[in-house]
Amino acid sequence: MTVVTDDTLPVTPRAMRDEMVVFVVMALLLAAVPFSGIYPFFVMQALCFALLACAFNLLIGYGGLLSFGHAMFLGTAGYCSAHALKVWGLPPELGILVGVAGAFVLSIVTGYVSIRRQGIYFSMITLALSQLLYFIYLQAPFTHGEDGIQGIPQGRMFGVLDLSKPTILYYVVLTGFLGGFLLIYRIINSPFGEVLKAIRENEPRAISLGYRTDQYKFLAFVLSGTLAGFAGSLKVFVAQNASLTDVHWSMSGEVVLMTLVGGLGTIFGPVVGAFVIIAMQQYLASFGQWVTVIQGAIFVICVLTFRRGVVGEIAHYFRRSL
Amino acid sequence: MQALYAQLLVGLINGSFYALLSLGLAVIFGMLNIINFAHGALYMMGAFVAYFLLNLGGINYWWALLIAPVIVGIFGMILERTMLQWLTGLDHLYGLLLTFGIALIVQGLFQNYFGSSGLPYAIPDELKGGMNLGFMFLPIYRGWVVVFSLVVCLATWFLIEKTRLGAYLRAATENPTLVRAFGINVPRMITLTYGLGVGLAALAGVLSAPINQVRPLMGADLIIVVFAVVVIGGMGSIMGSIITGFALGVIEGLTKYFYPEASNTVVFVLMVLVLLVKPTGLTGRAA
Repeated sequence: MTVVTDDTLPVTPRAMRDEMVVFVVMALLLAAVPFSGIYPFFVMQALCFALLACAFNLLIGYGGLLSFGHAMFLGTAGYCSAHALKVWGLPPELGILVGVAGAFVLSIVTGYVSIRRQGIYFSMITLALSQLLYFIYLQAPFTHGEDGIQGIPQGRMFGVLDLSKPTILYYVVLTGFLGGFLLIYRIINSPFGEVLKAIRENEPRAISLGYRTDQYKFLAFVLSGTLAGFAGSLKVFVAQNASLTDVHWSMSGEVVLMTLVGGLGTIFGPVVGAFVIIAMQQYLASFGQWVTVIQGAIFVICVLTFRRGVVGEIAHYFRRSL
Repeated sequence: MQALYAQLLVGLINGSFYALLSLGLAVIFGMLNIINFAHGALYMMGAFVAYFLLNLGGINYWWALLIAPVIVGIFGMILERTMLQWLTGLDHLYGLLLTFGIALIVQGLFQNYFGSSGLPYAIPDELKGGMNLGFMFLPIYRGWVVVFSLVVCLATWFLIEKTRLGAYLRAATENPTLVRAFGINVPRMITLTYGLGVGLAALAGVLSAPINQVRPLMGADLIIVVFAVVVIGGMGSIMGSIITGFALGVIEGLTKYFYPEASNTVVFVLMVLVLLVKPTGLTGRAA
């Protein structure tokens, strides 16, 4: 698998310092949002998708595995959290836990099946699995089919944080996003992440060096799926519903698009891509299906001319790791 | 029993579409190393071209069977020349992403102008009505779809496995550089192959127009099932694609009769089972 990335650059202290500087700037900017007059719900939504795209990027950018079914983790965690909050009446923190646990179990099962094939087959299998799940959720009673689970109570997190207040909810979502982001960053720069990159670059060689590549890929899949589920659980509090759109293949496609626009295999690319795509949907919402056409056009343009993505191009230009 | 036979027939018809589409995917993958995500959109275009031919040009079904695949095939060849050819040498996944983008564009455009509801396409007069076979009532058009698809599939198999052109094609799949050294224009063959695969999808679209109505998203969900069919059957063998396509259609039909709740999911469940038992697919080589 050879994805166009620039992380052939060595992981030097300078690279780490650059990345941490960018991270701190990003965190400060995001923390300032409630004081800026920007509509917080837009940013919260974008943050959830950014975390989803980062989780997806862990698999494609560092493991070389293109999952075309990541919406299944988003949707499954969403349904589990929504059910736990609304029907079982659990507090928010446990609701999130239930959602993440659901995505964790799902990623173990789907990972076990899909990791058996590589490359293009892996993409087709993940897509087919997510479609299988879509039909199950369409018919299962607890998801309420086409209506979805509506009017989910936001509740008080840890008994004190009133999530129905937008500002508090915003900082909770932001904390969740930053925590997930740092965890992914840590995974990428761990010895485990290095082996993943080796597998992406040349799997037979990694095998010959004695690595059980299937186990590494499986673990990467489970980590990615579980983190994607975390994004789905957070999204429940923002949207206050869980519906079939979150499991649909078009959602999986959007995640791919966000990561592609931002830059496959870059650290900050998925975040930038998520904000770009969500903003575009927001502004073009009145144009109906033209949004789909434009998304398709962006896919085509990115693949033909712009394979590094926004952040990838910037990093390449300055020869920095971002 | 009537209902069982009726569902079997529906299964055979769906199987025909699976076979035609997965056949095209396999042929394209062999030459271009691309999984054509736009296959479903081009299948839909085939149906729409037939609809336009009838309603704007007054050209009947029989001509549409010929003309629609040619028009969509030419459209596909333009796509290949202008976009897909630039992906040579890149990772497979870029081909998937590019054709996914093309599918979004095509489906989005048709949805803009035609909404999401179906447009009717009448069954041609010659194929109206039905036959009583004693054990079941066979609508002639449905029988025709199954027989005709089978003939087209076998003709494609013959073209690729038994003719000189097919031999060039198979050789170019194995080693394009060597085949070029023999003076064969491989890039043109790649373009024609894409046109052929896409034309088969369009043909399936025309065949399905009178049965399933003409809808902008008619190919969107179908292509995912066809992907599962391809995973089950593998893309190594033409005959394998044909047999797997028809077989899965029949299994789906049987499921509709015995356990209708699972009819949407049975192909995916079978895919999971096959992956657990024989990860390389039924006929496939390791990829």
